[in-house]
Amino acid sequence: VTPVPDIYRILPEVILTLTGVAVMLIDASIPPEWARRSLGWLAAIGTTLALWASLWQLSLPEGTGFFGTVETSTFTVFFHVLICGIVLVALLVSLDTLPAESHHQGEYYALVVFGAVGMCLLTGAVELLVVFVALEISSISTYVLAGYRKQTGRGPEAAIKYFLLGSFATAFLLYGIALIFGATGTTQIYEVAHLAPSAENHALVVAALAMMLVGILFKVSAAPFHVWTPDVYEGAPAPVVALLSTAPKAAAFALLLRVVYEMLPSLRSFWSPLLWVVAVLSMTVGNLAALRQQNVKRMLAYSSIAHAGYLLAAFAGIGTIGIAAASFYTAAYAAMNLGIFAVVTLVSGYDEKLPLIEDFRGLIYRSPLLGSLLIFFLISLIGIPFTGGFFGKFYSFAAAMDGGAVALVIIGLLNSGLAAAYYLRLAVVAAQRSTAATDHAEAPRPEVGIAVGAALMLAVAATLVLGIAPGKVLHSAQLGARTLEAPPPESTAPILSPVIDMNAPPGP
Amino acid sequence: MYAIDQSILTLILLVPLAGAILVALVPDRARLPNWLALLTTLFTFLLTLHLPAHFATSQPGFQFEINRLWIADPAISYHVGVDGLSLWLVVLTGLLAPVGVLASWNAIQARRKVFYALFLVQQTAMFGVFVSLDLMAYYGFWELSLVPMAILIAMYGRKDGPKAALKFFLFTFIPSAPLLVAILWLYTQTRTFDFVTLQHLLGHEALPATAMFWVALAFLFAFAVKVPVFPLHGWIADTFSEAPAAMAMVVAGKLGLYSMLRFHVGLFPAQTRAIAPWLIALAVIGVLYGACLALVQRDFWKLLAFAAVSHFSLVMLAIYGLTLTGWNGAVYQILSLGIVEGAMFVLLGALDSRYGTSQIAAYGGLAARLPRTATFFVIASLTMIGLPLLSGFIGEFTILSSTFGEVSRSWAVVAALGVILSAAYALWLVQRLFYGPESGLATSKPAADLYLGELAALAPLAVLMLLMGVAPSLWFKTIQTGVHPPPHTSIQVRIRNLVNPDKIPSVIYVEGER
Repeated sequence: VTPVPDIYRILPEVILTLTGVAVMLIDASIPPEWARRSLGWLAAIGTTLALWASLWQLSLPEGTGFFGTVETSTFTVFFHVLICGIVLVALLVSLDTLPAESHHQGEYYALVVFGAVGMCLLTGAVELLVVFVALEISSISTYVLAGYRKQTGRGPEAAIKYFLLGSFATAFLLYGIALIFGATGTTQIYEVAHLAPSAENHALVVAALAMMLVGILFKVSAAPFHVWTPDVYEGAPAPVVALLSTAPKAAAFALLLRVVYEMLPSLRSFWSPLLWVVAVLSMTVGNLAALRQQNVKRMLAYSSIAHAGYLLAAFAGIGTIGIAAASFYTAAYAAMNLGIFAVVTLVSGYDEKLPLIEDFRGLIYRSPLLGSLLIFFLISLIGIPFTGGFFGKFYSFAAAMDGGAVALVIIGLLNSGLAAAYYLRLAVVAAQRSTAATDHAEAPRPEVGIAVGAALMLAVAATLVLGIAPGKVLHSAQLGARTLEAPPPESTAPILSPVIDMNAPPGP
Repeated sequence: MYAIDQSILTLILLVPLAGAILVALVPDRARLPNWLALLTTLFTFLLTLHLPAHFATSQPGFQFEINRLWIADPAISYHVGVDGLSLWLVVLTGLLAPVGVLASWNAIQARRKVFYALFLVQQTAMFGVFVSLDLMAYYGFWELSLVPMAILIAMYGRKDGPKAALKFFLFTFIPSAPLLVAILWLYTQTRTFDFVTLQHLLGHEALPATAMFWVALAFLFAFAVKVPVFPLHGWIADTFSEAPAAMAMVVAGKLGLYSMLRFHVGLFPAQTRAIAPWLIALAVIGVLYGACLALVQRDFWKLLAFAAVSHFSLVMLAIYGLTLTGWNGAVYQILSLGIVEGAMFVLLGALDSRYGTSQIAAYGGLAARLPRTATFFVIASLTMIGLPLLSGFIGEFTILSSTFGEVSRSWAVVAALGVILSAAYALWLVQRLFYGPESGLATSKPAADLYLGELAALAPLAVLMLLMGVAPSLWFKTIQTGVHPPPHTSIQVRIRNLVNPDKIPSVIYVEGER
């Protein structure tokens, strides 16, 4: 058997990095008065190539590369394809909605692609330090993107809030990693899985997991680590929010799955009740707060917190069932959320002249296409059958039920009833004729360009496929789950980190 | 023929959906959406007629069955089929669809494409509920049936559509959450969503009794809100007065009552028996409460809504009396009510769109100006009251006599009071709308009598009311094959089929059989 060249294990990341560098270099070398839009197409092509490369990785034998730090498996490919797909759609939306005269378009596209590098690497990393580096790569790009509209007051506010809280959370994660290293003497995830159950200082491992959970749950914006979400979503440009609310979350959920199911399944009795509480808190807090919002993006921010809660319910499921359900939900959530943010971007406009729910009144009359799409995605978010949102919730709750968490399922389903109220409020407003007082006759009829049209079509197709024929995607999620569930291989690669003998006398 | 029998239910499900897509694509010009919707619904109706024409009454169990695996894990199948219980409900749904289109012909002027496309999606959802034999597929269609209704109420509400839409949606969406929990719990215990398998397993396996109590209750709760059963009827008055007539008439009652018979009584016989006395009490309260409220309504949509509560409660009384005769009568009465309510919605919709008000006090003496409307209205009212030789009589009489003879005399007597009250409110409504001195409204707004489309919609309904009143055995002989005690129960049934004393239900399942 010829060993797989290490570079193949990170081929999508390499392609994305090269694309990002190319975008930046071209941006710097062409005259400033030239349009930068084609850079967006370049980024989209690079992302498509990366997506294709991830699929190609399926033909590789599963295993690790670069001294056991990066893995390719059906699990990583599932999330790579998902993240590349999300980034592609977000790029397509940006292509048509970023105003031509806006500054730093080149950087914008490059940052999106660099963020994708970090997120992809995060799902493939099996070494905690690489995990940390990947998380930083993705976070720093998104911090900058959140403040992209720096001429408005809200843009920088969003970026600074996101940055301060985000780096605080990452610090927690890093501290957790350090404690893991202290307890087991390694940061390689397979090694930790082998050593953790027999670790002498059990409390240290528990503390480490708790720290890491804080960091990861912040990234998925689960309550009580969610406070940044509404402000950041409100301040960041809508296409960025489409990306922010889906891709980094997908990557963070992949990491969470890896940490709890692959690295520390031995601590199930500790993390399972913890995630139970976080799930219940997230859905309840998210939904209750969303009920009171007037701003569409804020409402969707709280709704995304609630969805993180539904997704976390899957973690009550045992083994493959839970992992597969969580992976599937990530995909379903990404499809419908990208779709609705694309619609919101088009309706509100880049400078968000129409941010309120009231501003959507009569949308279906103003623009029948966008109005029906908005209602379609809202129906999926409610979780009506034959849409992706339904099967996402269904699998998640079925997994929880299978794990015996009946109370969690009941709370979850009651919450989805509650959530229907605010989604419907927006749908109903969009379907209503505008009254004279709130007439937006002067409101520009949003134009749907080719790129954003393609993005919307992708989102609709994905939502429908996941709702009508979820079999294939679920099957790949299950295959991925199996690779994660299987007992981690005995490490064949040399361990990078030296094992420190904690009892050795201090050095000179 | 074999191939058609195999695919007929799939066709019935797909044709309205295809029609909906077509309607969404064609330009909204020259009433093109109307014609397309009419053709689609007529064609679907013809397809549904294939079912009774080729239904083998001697054969027990489900017919025209298809069972294909849809999703491997968890095992959700596309399993559809009809038996005597659902057969006529499918046909009724098929019949009411073109009636609904004709009733909306002039009433819906704005955004016809949206209206007809959603109306057709609603048809698919309704057919799906009646033919699904896989609990997940059933749940899927059940939920799907809410969406077009809610959107259309919001868009076409007469006064405060959005509020009524929200109320309708939440009232019916929230109870389906426990329903899904219950379905999932059953799956974790039995590893199947299939109705037939599940019915068999639940008869054999002893699942924890407390859990089963809650599961059965979750099923019941979801259905009871949909019917609606007193005291869960909060949504119906607003929905009836705000929804476009065509939508309200296709959803009212049937879905919940059918689901009770099939999925609550059918899956949980023991739990049903335990809770039946309570439900009988609620049903009788509902009969009286609905009738009394109908008496005092000033708005005819609300009157119709409370009359519906009263009538649906009577059907529920028959369902939870747990007698074979009662169940036969219940199914028959669901059909009859479907037709009568359909006619009522067309007629009242016609008045509302002509005069622009649903206040009963504004009307009066219309019979001279609108003779045809008055005639049909009187026929429909008499059927609703249960006049002999009309369809309502057969259903009500079967229900009341089986309750009297086999369940409880006192409850039957009290429920019969409700029937008397129904004569009072229905005839009083006729009198206030069509007779007496002409009101200012009638003189100031001269309106045309029923036009051709409305006549075409009403005539077959009126014929059916009469036919179902004089020749009930045409229907009973197929209904009987579907109505039988669920297997492995020891419900003591005294067969006393009053309509056909010599004809005992051909298939009776006793303990351990099947």
